[in-house]
Amino acid sequence: MAVTIEAEAPEAKKATAHHPVARIALIGNPNSGKTSLFNQLTGLNQKVGNFPGVTVDKKTGVSQLTPQLKAQIIDLPGSYSLYPKSLDERVIIDLLYDPALNNRPDLVIVTADASNLKRNLLLFTQLADLRIPAVLALNMMDVAEAEGVKIDIEVLQRDLGVPVIPMNARKGIGIAALKILISQQLAATEVSFFEVPARLRPMVDGIKERFSLNNDYLALHYAHQYKHLRFLSEDDKVWMAQLLETQGFKSTTEQANETIARYVRINEVLLDVVRVDKAKEEEKFSNKLDQILTHRVYGYLIFMGLLFLVFQAVFAWASYPMDLIDEGIAALNTLIQENFNGPLINLLTEGVIAGLGGVLIFIPQIAILFAFIAILEETGYMARVTFMMDKIMRKFGLNGKSVVPLISGVACAVPAVMSARTIENWKDRMITIFVTPLMSCSARIPVYTVLIALVVPEVYYLGFMNLQGIVLMGLYLLGFLSAILSALLLKVLLKARERSYFIMEFPVYRMPRWKNVGLTIFEKSRTFVLEAGKIIVAVSIILWVLASYGPGDSFERAEERAVAEAEVKGLSDVQTDNLISSYQLESSYAGRFGHAIEPAIRPLGYDWKIGIALLTSFAAREVFVGTISTIYSIGEEENVTTIKDKLMSEKDADGNPFFTPARAFSLLIFYAFAMQCISTLAIVRRETKSWMWPLAQLVYMTGLAYVSAFAVFQLMS
Amino acid sequence: MQYRGTACILQLFINSLNKRREIVHNRVQESQQQKSVRDLKIGESGEISSLNDPEMALKLLEMGCIPGAEVKLNSKAPFGDPVTIIVNDYTLSLRLDEAETILLK
Ligand SMILES: Nc1nc2c(ncn2[C@@H]2O[C@H](COP(=O)(O)OP(=O)(O)OP(=O)(O)O)[C@@H](O)[C@H]2O)c(=O)[nH]1
Ligand SMILES: [Mg+2]
Repeated sequence: MAVTIEAEAPEAKKATAHHPVARIALIGNPNSGKTSLFNQLTGLNQKVGNFPGVTVDKKTGVSQLTPQLKAQIIDLPGSYSLYPKSLDERVIIDLLYDPALNNRPDLVIVTADASNLKRNLLLFTQLADLRIPAVLALNMMDVAEAEGVKIDIEVLQRDLGVPVIPMNARKGIGIAALKILISQQLAATEVSFFEVPARLRPMVDGIKERFSLNNDYLALHYAHQYKHLRFLSEDDKVWMAQLLETQGFKSTTEQANETIARYVRINEVLLDVVRVDKAKEEEKFSNKLDQILTHRVYGYLIFMGLLFLVFQAVFAWASYPMDLIDEGIAALNTLIQENFNGPLINLLTEGVIAGLGGVLIFIPQIAILFAFIAILEETGYMARVTFMMDKIMRKFGLNGKSVVPLISGVACAVPAVMSARTIENWKDRMITIFVTPLMSCSARIPVYTVLIALVVPEVYYLGFMNLQGIVLMGLYLLGFLSAILSALLLKVLLKARERSYFIMEFPVYRMPRWKNVGLTIFEKSRTFVLEAGKIIVAVSIILWVLASYGPGDSFERAEERAVAEAEVKGLSDVQTDNLISSYQLESSYAGRFGHAIEPAIRPLGYDWKIGIALLTSFAAREVFVGTISTIYSIGEEENVTTIKDKLMSEKDADGNPFFTPARAFSLLIFYAFAMQCISTLAIVRRETKSWMWPLAQLVYMTGLAYVSAFAVFQLMS
Repeated sequence: MQYRGTACILQLFINSLNKRREIVHNRVQESQQQKSVRDLKIGESGEISSLNDPEMALKLLEMGCIPGAEVKLNSKAPFGDPVTIIVNDYTLSLRLDEAETILLK
């Protein structure tokens, strides 16, 4: 392996911008700052967070090392060793052993947390023994300094046989030096940290010969991991199994021995490298804070209080900017309609702008939600929540680590489902993936907000508790409860005996990087608007066309019917026009569509207009508000109003407001439970590698939505 | 008011589960007398002698729980499980069942 990499490297290093460039991988313990370093090197903005397991997949970017030289940088999930225990850790092995040589990295930057050097060096020594060219980025020097840890870089460099760069990836200190270093041709270290024991020699030699390897330690890794090496043929695997059998190779014991031997060696190295200055008596700040934040009583109270604050913020504080946006859009539409005319203008105002308004208005709420999650992750509090919830979660077939997907599911289920990769246990992971989409994601906010505002009065208790905020919190709670109860159901159904464990590093508390939080909010809001916007504009246009035209001469006949009826009733001109447009909408393509499914949804309290919205929502639920606002805008040129007014003025057959509490709550419940997101289904398919899971989710969640919405409507009306 | 009600029920539920665990734990205790991290009190330290569950051992070893290292029980989660321990100057969280496999001298 070492030879091939070296043979390939000179080519790559000479490369310029137009040629294939050197590939440099970031490998290190979880939470040691790989992604921070990646962002510094590439100028990208990948997700950073203060808990182990933020990055779960390979990410690539380009770094300009010197004015002439570029390199490809690969960010990887963190790992404690080269023996992967979970799916995210396996990504590293897949990259390092990739049989396609040009996919393998030419160089690895091993990131190590300087305040915790001993454990961080374990992985380094394994990479060194594979003879992969490496440099050591000694990160978090500021933390080490604050804890009184002094590291002798010169001696460390000599003992490890590779260049060592002290740095602070958060502030960007040391990046320049690192760039210069990695732009040069680097060889692998010559220092050995672990000798393959004599009793394993025959086996290792056999493997080396069969696969033409020239590295003992790599051969040993083949022995440990052959079952998971995708490039080995069935024949190879059978051969391996036999060899290991005859040699009496015990993988677990050998790994344990190796790890202990490595630590002994590391301790020797560190003996004259690390010095701890300050008296250690003083309790760490993080530990003191933990005594309050994970306290048996205050711990939960503080967590509940925080959640409560967020829902208040999402409802009460966000309403001011939201009103401004809503009125701004209404004003824009009025302005356009007063000055221009024609079917294209109608398409623009009634279709596109009305639909887009339905997205833009929710930016403040989305921003608040993402800010909260970013702060939770950046401070290290997320790991504490995981810790406090583990015992409860286990009763429901989940795992403390399921909390991360569940909480980030409040923002969006797609990254949340991916973050379940850190859960080692298959069953726990599948259950987590299955129930995560039940958590109310940000795409449900628009539906929730609009409907709550319609039927829940805006009253305050104790001067600050907004009733609407409480109802919103209730919906989120409902999502959470349905998630854990569904998990319980699955726990009973799924049969798998595999041990789950919860051995996890507890990160120290850190101040969030505000620039990072700000950037995250900006990025997420932008993605929300762009992604939702794209779908909404498309859906709005199609919908507008479908709602403005009907088959054959149906529109003329609708008009005739309306005029005739108006004459009988003696309506004014404006009223006649309204009657005409509502008859026309009903006989349009969209109207017929809605009418077709009306029988199925009438028991839930919905009419054909909502039927149209439900259909369009199956692509993405945030389309609901846009659709409703498009449908209700059609034929109301004279009084373009805000979204809320449009819904308020909708009347049923008897002239009473259409959105009664029963209808609104039935819809709220439907949207809380229904699986209406194609992206989520796609990611679940990818993560579980089977269609069974996404299909089960679709059927289960939508069925649950239908039954619950039915129950709510029947009980309330 | 309602909050307190649910909290109460939750507490009862957890208590009953804790009892069950204790019974199991006592049985385990009888069979092997050696002290484990599970038996430490908060703030108390000990020296690791061995790890008695081969599968779990690999993960624990990687995380630095090697025989000879000092461990300190740092805190317990609200229902007594999981716990955090300090090894090599950093904090590790693990469940009681896992803590039980770390035997002390
Ligand atoms: N004080 C300090 N904090 C740092 C430094 N480098 C990174 N951090 C913080 O450490 C935490 C982890 O950083 P990440 O870059 O997400 O770490 P990672 O190695 O990519 O983590 P995983 O993806 O979970 O494996 C974040 O809160 C960073 O802000 C540093 O040099 N000093
Ligand atoms: Mg990362």
